[in-house]
Formats: sequence, structure tokens, C-alpha cells
Amino acid sequence: MNPKVITIHPVTRIEGHAKVSIFLNDDNSVRDARFQVIDFRGFEKFCDGRPFYEMPSITARACGICPVSHLLASAQACDEVVRVNIPYTAELLRRLIHMGQLIQSHALNFFHLSAPDLLLGMDSEPSKRNILGLAAEYPELARKGIRLRKFGQEIIENVAGKRIHSGDWIVPGGVKVPLNREKRDYLKNNLPEALKVTQETLAMWKNYLPKFEEDIENFGNFPSYYMGLVTHSGGLEHYRGTLRVVAPDGSIMADHLNPQKYHEYIGEASEDWSYMKFPYLKKVGYPEGLYRVGALARLNVASHCGTPLADEELKEFKKLGKDGVVTSTFHYHYARLIETLFCLERTKEILEDSEVLSDNIWAKASVSSSEGVGVAEAPRGTLIHHYRVDKNGLITWTNMIIATEHNNLAFNKAVTQVAKKYVKANKLHEGMLNRVEAVVRAFDPCLSCATHAVGNMPLEVQLVNSEGKVVDRIVR
Amino acid sequence: MTTKTVSLKIDGHDISVQEGTSILEAAIENGIDIPHLCFLEGLTKTGACRLCLVELKGQAKLFASCSTPVSDGMEVITDSVKLKEYRKKTIQLLLSERTHVCSVCVANKNCELQALADKLGVDHVAYEREWTGEKVDSSHPFLVIDRNRCILCTRCVRVCDEVEGVHALDLKLRGKDSQIIVDFDDSWANSTSCTSCRKCAKVCPVGAIYVEGEPLSQTKDRNIANFVLSRRKK
Repeated sequence: MNPKVITIHPVTRIEGHAKVSIFLNDDNSVRDARFQVIDFRGFEKFCDGRPFYEMPSITARACGICPVSHLLASAQACDEVVRVNIPYTAELLRRLIHMGQLIQSHALNFFHLSAPDLLLGMDSEPSKRNILGLAAEYPELARKGIRLRKFGQEIIENVAGKRIHSGDWIVPGGVKVPLNREKRDYLKNNLPEALKVTQETLAMWKNYLPKFEEDIENFGNFPSYYMGLVTHSGGLEHYRGTLRVVAPDGSIMADHLNPQKYHEYIGEASEDWSYMKFPYLKKVGYPEGLYRVGALARLNVASHCGTPLADEELKEFKKLGKDGVVTSTFHYHYARLIETLFCLERTKEILEDSEVLSDNIWAKASVSSSEGVGVAEAPRGTLIHHYRVDKNGLITWTNMIIATEHNNLAFNKAVTQVAKKYVKANKLHEGMLNRVEAVVRAFDPCLSCATHAVGNMPLEVQLVNSEGKVVDRIVR
Repeated sequence: MTTKTVSLKIDGHDISVQEGTSILEAAIENGIDIPHLCFLEGLTKTGACRLCLVELKGQAKLFASCSTPVSDGMEVITDSVKLKEYRKKTIQLLLSERTHVCSVCVANKNCELQALADKLGVDHVAYEREWTGEKVDSSHPFLVIDRNRCILCTRCVRVCDEVEGVHALDLKLRGKDSQIIVDFDDSWANSTSCTSCRKCAKVCPVGAIYVEGEPLSQTKDRNIANFVLSRRKK
């Protein structure tokens, strides 16, 4: 018997192309839901034969939202190939540009993509449920969000020359161009406003949380493992560092794992219905070794942030969960705001570092190793680049585990949970389907470099019975 | 011995140049711009890229201005609708023959092909692209050749032969399948004739030959052939 299926295609206001299929039982209750990625990019194939030092530029093209994170993971893999310790200032500048990346991406998700659902309401008029609708209803907030994102982009532009795809700035062994005094001062002068906006938004969000009690309870709220980079002392980390895995009960299952050996503890399963791989923890097995990455996971694994304001917020955040582990996917939003605060504080520290203007930024070296692994915490989670090269530095093998992939098992679990709660197939309505999309959006998946136009994407949902007849249909 | 002077018209301007001068050189001498890629001052003319095509009054066919000498009474048209179309098509053919991806190319923003495409308004390639997968040779300690980006202008072959005098580079095969080779088609690391002078990288109009780790703005030197030859005469 053919199962009844509801398809949400495309899922809107996310980065890339995906669809959600909801499978129904005979009694129209939800049996299962699948988050299917329908993009195929092929980076790992067409990088073959390219000189290793081109990899940052090539792989950053995987994404127009978080190219900087790709640049950093790739550059670190290349640093490994040439076996150098990059100069202190180069590391400062790489960290600074990454702070800009995280700020702009988190602001994009919160204000442009998610706030329309959260502040205007899941059941509000779809044609107004976008950044323009938000601007009409909450003009001041929308303006602040746009300015906060702009500041993140300005960090990237002032450090690396371009807001998007500044791939020729970063090189194996460091960076090409130092930061000048004028640009440093510009960023320092504009930082207080961004910090103020973030603090105000965070305060507003905390006031709003009680309104979302039902969503918090049902939005992908399940125990799972969490993975993220930490510093030597177990603090929040986004560049280099070591990996920590926290178990559902809050205990540290594995600590200070060497990212170079990721393949020893992360397995990659495939399913024939999705182009996206399904990473899992080898120690636990597939599919039980489901883990989450990204802002929520990072705050769950970090013992502290390392900056005063963010540390205070983290303490409060951890109280939301049992044993310091916050399980609801809905709280990714909250976690992103705390991370934005952390990034701004770190940006200030870096800009005030006396070495930030130094021109000692590039340690040049040639191929010394046949392999390199680089890791960074992209806005959406742990990003791993792994290359093998021949003796002349030409790529012979590439593996990239994109942040969004780590969450693949969690996506499926979360959409199934939300569908079971909200989708009653005998009476389809737009708001309930939007909730299914919204849980995907809460993870902030980045499925390709494509960004859809907001608000007016075609969405068709069909309810098909066991004879293949369309019994209900919604188009928006 | 006195050299004979030739008088001609280029785009309606009366011009006098020495006999034996090419139309392109006469135009450059008089501040008239004709798009070109394979031509480089100091090197022999080869007419390989076909971008410098011009119209000659009274003649039906087009002529490569770099390799056509001036003659008395000649009337040259360097800019017309027909020429614009031909040049745009030529750029598109060059782009379609191999793998040109500016965004990740070492020559991005320092590329004569890219600059001409921009100048001539080529915003897409109408022909099916080949996406070649030629192996990059990075065996030399610092010189790299990526044949996927080569436009077969042969500036590198000519500068190696005519200026450096070692003829380490040459061409194999024919037509669009032609490839720049080092010695007898060996890897660059094994070359016994290459002096590692970098002149090939200095004159390459695109990102096919470059110095690893060095910005192309620093490497490229369009005047290198002229400079060396003028010093040699002293």
C-alpha cells in the first residue's frame, strides 16, 4: 500500500533547497517525517588535482552566507599541509574576521529569517511574515537587526577587503594584508552600538520566552549528544581548539578530541533519499549516535564563554535545562543571541590587542605533509575540511563535513516531533505547516550558497491518500 | 640608411609611421586602442588570438592588425559593429575552450582576458564550455603551469626563445588541443633547459603560468621583453 504523504517543497527562508515529507498512517496521524536535501554540489570531486593553496577560495564558494568559516577551516587544513604555526597577528585577524562572520550570520537568522515567525506569529498572514512585515510592525527592531548584521559584514570587509568571498586574503601560513589603524578605529567606534543592540535584543527575547512555552516544549525538544570546539580550559571556541562531546545527561562523554582524528569518532552514513550524509558518533552507533552542533550545542558543551557579559548570560541560559543541558531546538535562537554578545566582546578584545596592527602576518612554507585537517565552528556548527595532497601539493582527496550535516539526524527527529504535534492531516492549514518549516529554520540550516527570496516562495503541500488521489491541497 | 615613411588613415586620422610597422603598432604609437592579447611589444607577432582584427577599406575580409604591415594609402577601421561582435565572440570562444573560473583564479583582477571581457561587455558565454581537466604541473620549486587557463597566446614560448634564449617551452598538438610543454613534454622539475627566469610568468596574460605564493600584480611585467632587449643593445 502506498503511504499517504504530505510534502513541503521548498522549505522557505533557509539557505538552500530542501523539502520535508510527512508520512501519514491510515488514521491520518503522522508516522514519520523526513528532511530531504535535494542539492548536489560535488565539491569533493572537482577539487581533485587543484593546487592545495586554491582550496580556501574554491571551498568558500560552497556558501555565500558563511564563506569565512570555510576559509578558516580550509586555511587551517592548508597550514597543516605546509606544517607552520601562523604568526600571532595572523591568528588574531583570522579570529576577528570569524567574529564578523558569526555576528552577521546570527543577525541574519534572528532578524531576517526567524523573527517574522517569532514576533508576528506562526499563524500570521504569510504575505507579511517576512522582514518587510517585521519592519512594518516593529520598525525599530528591524532597523537594529539590519544594522547589527551590517556591523558583522563591515568587520569582514575592513579586515579582508570584501564582505563576501574575500578568498584571496587568507593564505596557507597566515593572511595577506594587515589591518590598518584607520579600519581598526572605524570598527572600534562602531562596536558600542552593535553591543547595545545585542543586549537590548537579548533582554527583549528573555521577556518573550514565556509566550513560547508550547513551542519550546515541542520544537525538537529531545535528548541528544552535543558536539563543539572548546578552549584548553573548556571555554567557548570557534577557531582551532579541541572537540568536546556532551552526553544527554550533561556529562562530558569525550573531551579534547583531536580534530585531526575526527574520522576515529565520527562516522558518516548515507540514505538513498537524501544527498546529505548522516554523521553519527561511532562510539554510540547509527542512528542512535545522533548529535547536535551549532550555537545550542556550543553553549551546552562550553563550561564558560570567557567574556564577562556572555558569561553572565550563559549561567542564566544553562538554568533552562537539566544538568546544564538545554534540549529544545527552539533555544537555538537564544543561544545565537548569547553567542553574538560573546563575539562582540571578543571583537573588542582583539581590536584592543597591541599586536593587531602588526605586519608580521604570513609564515611562508612549502608542502611538508601529505595531509591536513582544519576545523572551525561555523555559525551553524562544527565545520571540518580534510585534504590529501601529492608531493607537489596537488589535491588527491577531499572530505568536507559541513556544519549543517552534523545536524541531519536531528533535523529528521525534530521535524517528526513537530509534525506529530501540529499536523492533523484531515484539516491542513498553513500555520501548522509553517511550524514544521520553522523547526528547520531554528537549526538555521545552510544547504547551499543559495538564499531564497523571503516571504513569497511557492509552497505547495499535497495530501495524497493510499489510492494516489489528492484529497487536500494548500498553495501559498 | 633612411627608413621609408608610410602614410595611412586609422579611424579617419592621418598617420605616418615607418615602413614595416604593423597596423597595431601604428595604432598604439598614435594612441588608438585596438584590443589584443597575444601581441607583446618586443616579441615576434604571431596573430594567434584574433582579437586585434580590423577592417581595411575595400577589402571584404578582416585582418589581424598585429601581423599586418601598414602600406601607403591604407584606410583602417578599428571600431565597428561588426568588429565589436567578432571580438565578443572571440573572447567567448577563448573562455569556452578551457576552464576559466575567475573567482578562484590566481589572476583574478590581474588578468588581461578578464579585463578585455569586461571592457568589451562579455557578460556570458554563449558557447558550450569545455571544462577541461588538464593536470596542473606544480613540480617546479616556484613556477606553476595550469593549462586549464591557457589561451595559447604563446607569449611564454616566444619570450623563452627570443629573450631568454633557451626555448624551454614549446607547443604540442594542434588547434584548441594544443598544449604548452616544457622541454620534450616532461614535468617542469625535470627540465634541463629552463633557467627559472620567470619571464614566462611575467608575460602570461592570464593565470596559466604564475609564481606560487606571489601576487600576480607583483609578478606581471608587460615591458619585460622590451626592457631586456633594449639593455642588450647597449
